Amino acid sequence: MSSSTPEAPSRSGEWPLWEVFVRGQHGLSHRHVGSLHAPDAEKAILNARDVYTRRNEGVSIWVVEAHRIAASAPDDKGPMYEPSNSKVYRHPTFFDIPDDVRAM
Amino acid sequence: MAQATAKAPTHNEALFEYLLRMGDNSLVLGHRISEWCGIAPALEEDIALSNTALDLIGQTQMWLGLAGKVEGAGRSADDLAFLRDAWDFRNLLLLERPNGDFGQTMMRQFLFDAYQMLNLEALKTSSDQRIADIAAKAHKEASYHLERSRITVIALGDGTTESRTRMQAALDAHWPYIGEMFAADAVDIAMTHAGIAPDPASLRPAWDGIVLPALHEATLRVPDGDFAHRGGKDGVRHTEHLGHMLTTMQWMQRAYPGATW
Repeated sequence: MSSSTPEAPSRSGEWPLWEVFVRGQHGLSHRHVGSLHAPDAEKAILNARDVYTRRNEGVSIWVVEAHRIAASAPDDKGPMYEPSNSKVYRHPTFFDIPDDVRAM
Repeated sequence: MAQATAKAPTHNEALFEYLLRMGDNSLVLGHRISEWCGIAPALEEDIALSNTALDLIGQTQMWLGLAGKVEGAGRSADDLAFLRDAWDFRNLLLLERPNGDFGQTMMRQFLFDAYQMLNLEALKTSSDQRIADIAAKAHKEASYHLERSRITVIALGDGTTESRTRMQAALDAHWPYIGEMFAADAVDIAMTHAGIAPDPASLRPAWDGIVLPALHEATLRVPDGDFAHRGGKDGVRHTEHLGHMLTTMQWMQRAYPGATW
């Protein structure tokens, strides 16, 4: 696996790009909703509030500068993910779920 | 208020005037910043300013709707917004001034947001429950507007040489319009005595407490002098700009009276 952390964009005058994660009204985890530009983290959160939560979508916002995210490389797709294809027993699909058990 | 020299306003007249002031402040500023829609310097700012404009127009509907009820002449919020002429408007002069550059718009927003947030906070305990209810809703929006405009003013003031120069020019241009926010007249005195609204002058120390530290952080110099233009909230002497703005804002209802879709 080779993680890549590209340099921040250097085009002068451009605000950095931020990735936005919003946690919905119903709890659960933060979900990636999109990205935006902002001069700093404080302003990025305000921008995210105006761009992504104006229809009451969220109760919590995370922002992170896009270039801070380490991502797996597409070229590593084979070694990274294919070995699990043949291991169906890792999916819990071989159990009978009693009818009384909900939310499984 | 013009007719105050002839006779003191009745309670209902004063209440109507006061509600027009609240409604016209949010209507005129809301329309002004809606003029940025599609042309703001960044997409994110464009959306945020449009959101603020929509908040303000929403507040306008509540204030002018209540004003129409208090007046009792069957006028709706739309009637009051679109079928009055410039001399019947009761907004602060500060708010009808043209947007200027983005810095000037955000500086005006900040100076007003601080006042509006404090005013609405006080109105939440108004003796008139209808006013307290509107204020409770609007106060949350105003608090957010203030957070946003304050951060922007600080960032642009304490920014580049050009942004700082523009923000100082904006502050200098707006400063003579600050005094009108805190000057009480017969309407304000009647509202204060009835426990409906705060004495405008009483908001000044808290306003200074918000605005002055932010301007300091923005590395801006507070202008000398306290000369204050008057004539907006009593409608006596609006600037030439209001009529031009209304020409655009009211065009549809004037050209096609009663048009709906």
